[in-house]
Amino acid sequence: MMSTTELAAPGALPAHGPVSAGRALDRWRVPLTVAVLCVLPFVLPSQALAVNVLIYGLFTVGFNLLFGYTGLLSFGHAAFFGAGAYLTGMSIVHFGFGWLGAMLTGVVGASLLSAVIGALAIRTRGIYFCMVTLALAQLVYYLALQASGWTGGENGLRGFTVARAELIGGFSVNLLDPLQKYYFLMVFAALALWFVSRVLNSPFGAAIEAVRENETRARACGFDVERTKLLSFILSGALCGLAGTLSALHLSIVPLDALSVHTSSIVVMMTMLGGAGSFFGPFVGALVFLLIEDVASLWTSHWQLIVGIVFILFVLFMPKGIWGSLIALARREGRAPR
Amino acid sequence: MDLELILMQLFSGLALGAILVMVALGLTIVFGMLGIVNFAHGALFMVGAYAGLWVAAQTGSFWWALLVAPIAIGVLGMAIERFLIRPLYGRSPDDPLLLTFGLGYVLVESVRITFGTDGIPFSAPEALQGVVDLGVGYFPLYRLFVVGVVALVLLLLWVALEKTRFGLIVRAGARDPLIMKVLGVDVGRLWLLVFGLGVGLTALGGVLAAPMRNVSPEMGTLVLAEAFVVTVIGGMGSLLGAVVAGLLVGIAVSMTALFAPEMATIVMFALMALILLVRPQGLFGRPGAGA
Repeated sequence: MMSTTELAAPGALPAHGPVSAGRALDRWRVPLTVAVLCVLPFVLPSQALAVNVLIYGLFTVGFNLLFGYTGLLSFGHAAFFGAGAYLTGMSIVHFGFGWLGAMLTGVVGASLLSAVIGALAIRTRGIYFCMVTLALAQLVYYLALQASGWTGGENGLRGFTVARAELIGGFSVNLLDPLQKYYFLMVFAALALWFVSRVLNSPFGAAIEAVRENETRARACGFDVERTKLLSFILSGALCGLAGTLSALHLSIVPLDALSVHTSSIVVMMTMLGGAGSFFGPFVGALVFLLIEDVASLWTSHWQLIVGIVFILFVLFMPKGIWGSLIALARREGRAPR
Repeated sequence: MDLELILMQLFSGLALGAILVMVALGLTIVFGMLGIVNFAHGALFMVGAYAGLWVAAQTGSFWWALLVAPIAIGVLGMAIERFLIRPLYGRSPDDPLLLTFGLGYVLVESVRITFGTDGIPFSAPEALQGVVDLGVGYFPLYRLFVVGVVALVLLLLWVALEKTRFGLIVRAGARDPLIMKVLGVDVGRLWLLVFGLGVGLTALGGVLAAPMRNVSPEMGTLVLAEAFVVTVIGGMGSLLGAVVAGLLVGIAVSMTALFAPEMATIVMFALMALILLVRPQGLFGRPGAGA
């Protein structure tokens, strides 16, 4: 329970308590995350790891918007990540698009796909929703497998290396240089983070959390629950599509695996490890997951076993994830008698 | 296209569907009773197939594999319910789902470590090899046998659920576990048994499917998606729905393979999308039961 002073005058809190620290953290969440992302290539064991944290972190942020904030657990988000990646690659390979046009195609295409899948999936609820999203993502996977003339089928899509990204005013970024590429991709991730932060602070952000907490009550309060869910689904799909786009530019290939259940699973695990429904959770989760993978794969090819066991332990004993548990801990201390 | 070919393909679809019925039935029984979806269901199907392979190699008899493997994996299922899922009752319904999903990973990797990553061929027993004349053409005897076994299991299940005291308790428990507790039924033990039964059924599906396809650690992934499609079409928690939709999907896939092979895997997902549009609760689902 909150103490009476907190209820009466939230502004009158002592300035140094963990609660106000939490508030400052909240206000500066985007600059803070971006600052951490800026130094990531220098603190992590490898730059490749840093790029992956960036891309999968963004993927997880998009997923978290739907799962953590709206309360809808999708097992098919590989469809949007993969669609973003494939459409980016395909628009370069087949239509000769520039990098910006290819990125736009990827994001818009992923959004359209998420509108279609979302419209079908939100007709169901709870456990059904998980099953339907998984099955529809499998449909996309097999379509990409069959349309091998467009997608390269089982071998994945190849041959669209973007060496140089021309910017306005004659500037250009050399994408073959790992560090330049990292910061180039980071700009888009930072913009997306700023966007997500704005969305969460908007009335719409309150609406999706209302739907998560109690759908019936949200409906009774006059929210259009279906529209709110669908919009959240599309935003989530667009962000995951952007992550896929970045991954295509980074790897210069799109493996078929980008659309597989495995990719959908990874994002669920990252979210759970970091903490669903928190702003920093996704990047924390992506970082921890990729570190486990990186370290464990040094001495065993069966690192998935370790990831699976860690995941089970988290579900059993730490369902709020790393960041979510830290927040809960800080809150408990903030409420302790002073 | 001649009629005989179509009829033969219909029988093939029936055999394919029979396997799906086993898997979907296990999934839907557990959901109906415990209200949870087992995401390790596909992995347990695969573990069932490997257990069958191992028992057959040890005893040299397919019949022992068919009998022992499902029971052993069913017991494994009970242990999973008791030690991993039971602590999660009363928490968010997503938690058991996430846990079993992680468990699926662990099972697949464990099998990879134990049996290797390559697929292993598994041949049908001597007595079931060869073909039979169905009047319209020759049909693999083993597939006919699969349909027979599944029909027998369905009959036993129907008798157990509809005609025995145990079945009465199970059905009542699915309706209202709280009242059952008040009446003095040990609901925890009931759930343990039902989970074991559900897992046993998918393991049996795995053993039966083994001679029809290669046994590989990845064989569970597609099966899980297929089982989801079947349960969504049939209606979650409906046993009749699982049977009808399982056969329907099997036949639809098999028929599409005849006319447009590249569309075979895709057609069942399209079928599911269609059902979601016109009847979101599934063919036999109660409205509001989850959709």
